[in-house]
Amino acid sequence: MAETIDQKQNFLKGIVKDNPVFVMLLGMCPTLGVTSSAFNGLGMAVATMFVLLMSNIVVSLIKKQIPSKVRIPAFIIIIASFVTIVEMVLEAFIPFLYEQLGIFIPLIVVNCLILGRAEAFASKNNLWSSILDALGMGVGFIIALTALGAAREILGSGSIFDFKFVGEDANTFILFILPPGAFIALAYLTYIFNRLTTKTAK
Amino acid sequence: MDYILILISAVFVNNIVLAQFLGICPFFGVSNKVSTSVGMSGAVLFVMTIATLATYLLHQYVLVPAGLDYLRTITFILVIASLVQMVEIMLKKVSPPLYQALGVFLPLITTNCAVLGVAILALGLENVSLLKAVFFAISHSAGFALALIIFASLREHLELADLPKGMKGVPINLLVAGLLSLAFLGFTGLV
Repeated sequence: MAETIDQKQNFLKGIVKDNPVFVMLLGMCPTLGVTSSAFNGLGMAVATMFVLLMSNIVVSLIKKQIPSKVRIPAFIIIIASFVTIVEMVLEAFIPFLYEQLGIFIPLIVVNCLILGRAEAFASKNNLWSSILDALGMGVGFIIALTALGAAREILGSGSIFDFKFVGEDANTFILFILPPGAFIALAYLTYIFNRLTTKTAK
Repeated sequence: MDYILILISAVFVNNIVLAQFLGICPFFGVSNKVSTSVGMSGAVLFVMTIATLATYLLHQYVLVPAGLDYLRTITFILVIASLVQMVEIMLKKVSPPLYQALGVFLPLITTNCAVLGVAILALGLENVSLLKAVFFAISHSAGFALALIIFASLREHLELADLPKGMKGVPINLLVAGLLSLAFLGFTGLV
């Protein structure tokens, strides 16, 4: 395969140019669903990144053995196996986070980001490129979810990573930890991201 | 009474898209025209009902007796993926007009997290029975249809709006979805 891919670019594209959340709009359900605090967003993004990395590794290793007609079901099984591992590990070691993320952990299976990378990248590239691709996309996802979680937590509960910086009886924008706040906060974050990236491109 | 509560809760209070954030991808993906959103809603109703029926039976009569509950995620996604394929093949043969209407949306549904989400959520209902689980799925797909069709009608008007640079496209859609979700927040406390 094309050994000439610039590996640095390959890693960095997931963070800015093809950021999975702000640019490609992949994996929107967990993005909106679990980011009521920065910690939840970070936890979800790390779990997703782990699955993404492992599935990219496995897919790129066995891509020659998978007949192209059944590749999508094969990818889904690979992804589902790693999601089950994550589910069991979280339940055993971080039960608090497991409760918070709830239904969104099994739903990592249908996160289009992971299947999308398996199909579009790992099934065509070698192991090393696939690992870097997964790491870049994963970091981009972590940045996006943590930023969104932090923004919602600061506005909605007046705290950051559970550290409260306003008084007990202070009024906060409760709206932002409720469902509509997720859409509105992400709308403005995407807007800011768009403005910043178009400016640097000039 | 139970069933009325499930219906109101699924359609208005805990709307699957606007309050639970499941099925966001098709919500943004196919909502640019009202006609496509109606087609998508029909396909979701169809698949979600059959998928919940199948996964409920699988869970109750195979996984639980065998003590394999932890294989839930893997088995459910396989059942849903193959079910979608089967529905597609059967529709093509049995009812070509229906296939014409829903066909293009069916492959997209495998990755619609609402289908897997509802199948898993249905297992957590109080005193769950087969009828209740299926009714739960139908109510949730009605909620999905309502949100999707309202949003598509709003977006048709957005096309003409004069927006600040950078706000066009994704950000304004998210903002409109936020306001729609805010409206649905008004139903809180109804159940």
